[in-house]
Amino acid sequence: MFRNFKHHLFRSPYQSMAAILVISLSLFLISVFFLIGMGFRGILQYFESRPQIIIYLKDEATSQAVDLLKAKIEGSGKAKEVEYVSKEKALSIYRELFKDKPLLLEMVTAKILPASLEVSPNNLDCVHDIVEMVKGESIVEDLEYEEDVITNLQKLTTVLKKVGIGIAGFLLFVSVLIVLVVLGMRIFQRKEEIEILKLLGAARCYIYFPLYLEGIFYGVMGALISWGFSYLALYYSTPFLKNFLLGIPLLPVSFLFMLKLLAGLIILGSFVGLLGSLLAVLRSSRSIR
Amino acid sequence: MIQFEKVTKKFGSIVALKEVSFEIKKGEFVFLTGPSGAGKTTVIRLLLGEYLPSSGEIRVGEDKINKIPSRKLFLYRRKIGVVFQDYKLLEDKTVEENVALPLEIRNLSNREIKEKVKEILEQVGLTQRSHLFPAQLAGGELQRTCLARAIITEPEILLADEPTGNLDPKTSLEMIKLFKKVNEKGTTILMATHNREIVDSLKTRVIELEKGEIIRDEKEGKYHCKSNNSSREADKNV
Repeated sequence: MFRNFKHHLFRSPYQSMAAILVISLSLFLISVFFLIGMGFRGILQYFESRPQIIIYLKDEATSQAVDLLKAKIEGSGKAKEVEYVSKEKALSIYRELFKDKPLLLEMVTAKILPASLEVSPNNLDCVHDIVEMVKGESIVEDLEYEEDVITNLQKLTTVLKKVGIGIAGFLLFVSVLIVLVVLGMRIFQRKEEIEILKLLGAARCYIYFPLYLEGIFYGVMGALISWGFSYLALYYSTPFLKNFLLGIPLLPVSFLFMLKLLAGLIILGSFVGLLGSLLAVLRSSRSIR
Repeated sequence: MIQFEKVTKKFGSIVALKEVSFEIKKGEFVFLTGPSGAGKTTVIRLLLGEYLPSSGEIRVGEDKINKIPSRKLFLYRRKIGVVFQDYKLLEDKTVEENVALPLEIRNLSNREIKEKVKEILEQVGLTQRSHLFPAQLAGGELQRTCLARAIITEPEILLADEPTGNLDPKTSLEMIKLFKKVNEKGTTILMATHNREIVDSLKTRVIELEKGEIIRDEKEGKYHCKSNNSSREADKNV
């Protein structure tokens, strides 16, 4: 049966190549969407894990007043964590952030940086409530919160997920059709041979197993090619993306993650190839008893 | 061994067989004769399970063909050898590969296949032709390849649909000798034929069909007693 599979595969190499390339293209686009989706998810998680409200305090704020405000926020039950960042700590954070740019460090002292309270709310709905609660306080100089950024990112991720699933579904459907057409042609070419084999007492699996193998082979080859291209595309775009995502620890993507992507693509490709071949066999086997 | 009981086969409004009944015992050699369109090939195809009868019952050994589900048909077909007028050999396989096919299908080991193929090719006199492709063979050699493929599994029943239809008289008689040898080993043979000479030479059972009905069933029959003159003329030309 394996010998038959090899024999039939190389009987029409251009048809095989066409099927493999279409599956490769589909799986490549699917893996690109997947990687972008995972990237957005990572960015969202990064923003969600950071304190989302920063309350800048006036220089004259006493430690007693700061403690009172901190207790008020904690007591509201809407915040997971409230951390006081003194002027000195703010300076050390600033130094760490710009350690590679000495020019930006020269003129900055602890005096010019404000002390602040960094608040991590329980969820996005609490951001608005906490902001309303502290807005009128006399020791509050300014407020910074990322509610809109996170909401927009969440919306974008959801849209991307839906569009990605739609496009992936369409591409997979096209791939299944291509395998169905290629293997359907193969079965049509072999119609007489299949008829003879049936009359000689060949079991269905003896006749059709090489075709199922061929479908799976197309899928696996498509998965390997698409993964190779995805890996190269990510590898060469990493330096650019790193500058773009300054401070967000997403890149470089680990090799283990890419191996998991490869496994996923192989499973998806095999499924597409097998489904295409099953449909081709089902379509043809109706003609010969 | 083979039993047809009031078998009718219709293709739309055309009646190919009409309430045909006969029984063939184990080890018999039976000729199925009759003019074109009489229903000979339909009988063979019904026995192969290619068609299902419209009514009636067909038994082969323990099997009722009507009752065999499609997915198990291959097991039934493995009990039968078949020789076709148009040979039905695979063009991209050599003589020995074609002959080996039924054994490959049964998952025999390469060693067993090689031994059996060698033995059977010797029997049909094709040892020297074993590496040739069908396109490189003469009609008689093609038919001997087809016979070798049919008997390599030592089936209990051998069906032959016009096996000498494309052969000259001398080659036809040689083929019939081979069939006779197979029959002498105990294989039941049902052969549909137009060939007067071979039917007359064997003096064995003859079932004659006309318009889908049995018009004659003789134990030691000769070719064609009751058909019309025009078909006699056609047979003379074979």
